[in-house]
Parts: sequence; C-alpha cells; structure tokens
Amino acid sequence: MATSNNAALFDFLLRLGDDQLVLGQRLAEWCGHGPILEEDIALANISLDLFGHAQAVLNLAGEMEGQGRDADKLAYFREAIEFKNCLLVEQPRGDFAYTIARQIVFSLRAYLLWDELTKSSNETLAGIAGKAKKESRYHVTHASEWVLRLGDGTADSHARLQNALDEVWRFTKDLFATDAIEQQLADQKIIPNLGGLYGKWLTMLQELITKATLRMPDPGMFMQLGGRTGKHTEHLGHMLSELQILPRSYPDARW
Amino acid sequence: MDDAAKLKEFDDRIARGEIFEPKDWMPERLRKQLIRMMSQHAHSEVVGMLPEGNWITRAPSLRRKMILLAKVQDEGGHGLYIYSGVESLGVRREDLIDELHAGKAKYSSIFNYPSLLWSDMGAIGWLVDGAAIVNQTTLAKCSFGPYARAMIRICKEENFHKKQGYEILSTMMAGTPAQRAMAQDSINRWWWPSLMMFGPTDKDSPNSIDLMRWGIKRKSNDDLRQRFIDMTVPQAHAIGLTIPDPALKFNKETGHWEIGPINWEEFFNVINGNGPCNKERIAARKHAHDEGKWVREAAVAYAQKHSSLERRAA
Ligand SMILES: [Fe+2]
Ligand SMILES: [Fe+2]
Repeated sequence: MATSNNAALFDFLLRLGDDQLVLGQRLAEWCGHGPILEEDIALANISLDLFGHAQAVLNLAGEMEGQGRDADKLAYFREAIEFKNCLLVEQPRGDFAYTIARQIVFSLRAYLLWDELTKSSNETLAGIAGKAKKESRYHVTHASEWVLRLGDGTADSHARLQNALDEVWRFTKDLFATDAIEQQLADQKIIPNLGGLYGKWLTMLQELITKATLRMPDPGMFMQLGGRTGKHTEHLGHMLSELQILPRSYPDARW
Repeated sequence: MDDAAKLKEFDDRIARGEIFEPKDWMPERLRKQLIRMMSQHAHSEVVGMLPEGNWITRAPSLRRKMILLAKVQDEGGHGLYIYSGVESLGVRREDLIDELHAGKAKYSSIFNYPSLLWSDMGAIGWLVDGAAIVNQTTLAKCSFGPYARAMIRICKEENFHKKQGYEILSTMMAGTPAQRAMAQDSINRWWWPSLMMFGPTDKDSPNSIDLMRWGIKRKSNDDLRQRFIDMTVPQAHAIGLTIPDPALKFNKETGHWEIGPINWEEFFNVINGNGPCNKERIAARKHAHDEGKWVREAAVAYAQKHSSLERRAA
C-alpha cells in the first residue's frame, strides 16, 4: 500500500524530532553535574537548542498527521515503540568522554542534515532547518574542541575518548539508516536526496579524529539497527517514564 | 601614608558614596569579608542549580522544560560572574570550591531543602528568586565595583526567574484540585525557609556591622525581609494560596504585614549542616567535581602542549 506524502513526512519528522528530543533530555541530565561550571552551561545551552528543534519539528509532524496532536502530545503520550529516534541518542549519558563521542558523531550528521533540509520544498521545514543549522554548527564546534582536548590531552583522557568512540560506533549505521519513506520524500522532491550524507560525515570525522591523535573504530564492527522502526534498547523506556510522568499522571491538567 | 590615614581616607570615600575597585586600598578585614560574602553567594548560585535541576527531566511540557533549563543555566552563569568577581580580590575559584566541598564555606540555607513536587519549581522561582531579587537589588548599589556590576547584570535575569515561578503556581492554582493541593503544599514547605534566606535577625548577625559601615550591605536583614513579605503576601492571596502562618496579619497603621515567630533553631541547624539535603548537595557537587578532574587535567595538558607548539613554530 502506498503511503501518502503527508504520512511519509510525518514519519520522517518523528525521526528528526525524536532524535532532538531524546538527546536534549540526555544532555539536560548534565545540568548541575558537569566537570566544570562552564560545561554545565554549554551542555545546557545545547540541550535547550535541541528541545527547541524538537518542539518545532514535532509540531510540524503533528500538522502532517492531521490528528490534532502537537509537540507535547507527541512527546508525552507515545510509548517507546512509537518513538523513531536512533539508538545512539537514547543511550545513558555515561561519562564526559561518552557524551563528547556521542556529541561529535551526532552533531556532525545533524549539521549536514539540516544543511540539506534547508532545501526542503516544505517551507516550514526549510525554515526550521535554517535556524537549526546555525545552532548545530556551534554544537559541532563545541564537540570538536573537546575531541581535540581529550584526544590530545593526557594519556587517560585519550584512552577514555578512544574507548567511548569505539563504544558509540556500533550505533552509527542506525543513525544513517534509510528506507522507502526517505526515498519517497526524495522522489517527490519534498526533501533532498540524503544519500551523500554518510560519505561527507565520515570524511569530516576522520579528519578530526586523526588530528586528535585518535584512531577510527573498527569498520567491521557489528552494527545495531532498529531505532527508526521503533525497536529500541531498554534505556528509552526508562527515560520516557521520567520524561512523561506528570502529563501521564494528570492527563487532564494544564501546566 | 600609614594604615590609619588610609583607613580614614577609605571611610571618607565610602561616605561620599564612591565605588571602590579591587586594585584600590581597602581594609584587610573588609577584603576578607567580601571574599567570604561573595564566595558564599557564588556557591549558592551553583548549589542552587541542584533542587531545580532535579525537575528538568520531568518538566510537564516542552515549554516548561525549556524555561526551567534556561533558568538553571542562568544560575550557573551567575555563579561564574560572581566567582570571577571574587577572583579579583586575589583568590582562586578552585580554592573556593575546595572549601565548599570540605564543608568550610557556606551557601544559602534554602538549597538544603528537597524539591518534591513540580510545583516546587514554582515556589522556588517565585519565593527564592523573589527573595534573591530583594537582596540583590540593594547589592547592585553596593560600594564594591565588581560585585555591584555583577548584581546589575544578574537582577535582570532574576526577574524572569521569579515571573516563571509565579506563572507555574498561578497556572496550577487555576487547574485541577490535585494541582491546587500540590501548589499549596509547596508554599507550606518553602515559605519559612525563604524568609530565613535574609539571614538572622539583625542583633544576631555578627558580620553585618562592617559590611554596613563600608557600604556593602545597605539595608538590614530585617528590613529586607519585611520588604519581601509585604511584596509577596498579596501575590499569594491573588492566586488563592494560603501563607502557612496563623499569626500573619496586616497592620493598618504601619502598612506592613506582620508575621509569627521564625524558627531560628531550624535555620541554625540547616546552616550548620543538618538540613534535610546538606549532605546530598555537597556530595553531588563533590562527585561532579571529582568525576570531572580528568577532564580539567586534559584541558590543561592540551593547552600547554599547544601553546608550546605554537611558540616553537613562531
Ligand atoms: Fe541567580
Ligand atoms: Fe535566579
């Protein structure tokens, strides 16, 4: 059965918005607990940007769905299996090295993706992408600086970041996973063809990792997939039980 | 010029309402008191991130979540400005933080109470930031330049903090019975600690005399507390909240709200480390700091390596 363009776009926007929401939530966990006060502030700032993107994208998703759901309804009243975020963003925050490894892997792709999406024929989406692109450029800068500092800092920080990169790597294929829905949207010229993202991402990441005196993780590593189709790790459910507690407990309340 | 003459000149400057800067001569006693007061203030901003940080992941809407996150982030920024203000007096942030973690430095007693309900985010914003505004507006006119300038910058943000807190409570008070009950419970728990934020009554406030003499404190603890009470009581009534004080009454002659006795025994207990969350707050800060040690070391090592590389290249 063919999927309507609106339904396809709805699904695509959930992937995009859920990524931002779930990573925003993970980064917010650092607030008050960072390694240095400046980093509490920087990570909270990035988290705020991500929540802003999530809200805009999920509101648009709700419009595409046409069932009267807005960003809050989508964020607070879906089960884990209905979330379309990639597996990478739902992993626990780990130590600062893990957070930075995830940030560079995620933000670099986000930046390239937003850049493409500024060309979307959906004007609202193109507008969101224009703003998000600028913000995610800062996220890339922030993560890159830490990759260099930790990679080329002490022996300990080098080992920790290398280990974290190796850890997150198994989720990178899921981050780029694509399917008929994206193809349909590209064929209908609603979004550009995203096939070139992975190559650009890999080249940029390789350059940074080398500069930071680190090595690329084993390309033959087994890759976990499933986020885009709702097959998540167990971590997501716990995160959602925290995120959703109030609206789920008091469904009639306004806040 | 001998110290007595310098002191005379300094007293005269203060009397003329002049602002003094870190490089200026100041009485050693005042320098110590300023370091103590400003570092307590900076620590309060940072420890104060914890009770509100506790609810960011559970905020009930994306809008509320973003407002709260922005607010807590601001508090971190306040901590930074004030730490750099204290550093201008010749101390290092790291040493001040070590004193906090060793239990030698104090911070505002209010942050040793737990945040148990979402409505506590309302109570903290409205009462705690509200009390902070009353304090900080007078500090913005204090005689020490770096402190006064930090306060001017901070007060602008505090107004937004207070407003968002009051908005949380007024929305809840206009909501379901369960929401109203939560909002009232928050006021029951946060009202008295927020009055204690202004510090002991004037006769029990040993450091106040010097700080008043040299224009750092410009109003007494009791005066500031009264200003806060007079401002806050009508705001509570406006949204249907009850102030948890059976003795509260309005004195028509003075135009002030009069309150029942403050439990100073509780205050001194909390100040001396025995509040409900003192141990947890310090443990959380210390944990973050200890876990972050390798990160800070890496940043230093990287900066050293690269500045020497650049020197060699030059
Ligand atoms: Fe503050
Ligand atoms: Fe504040």
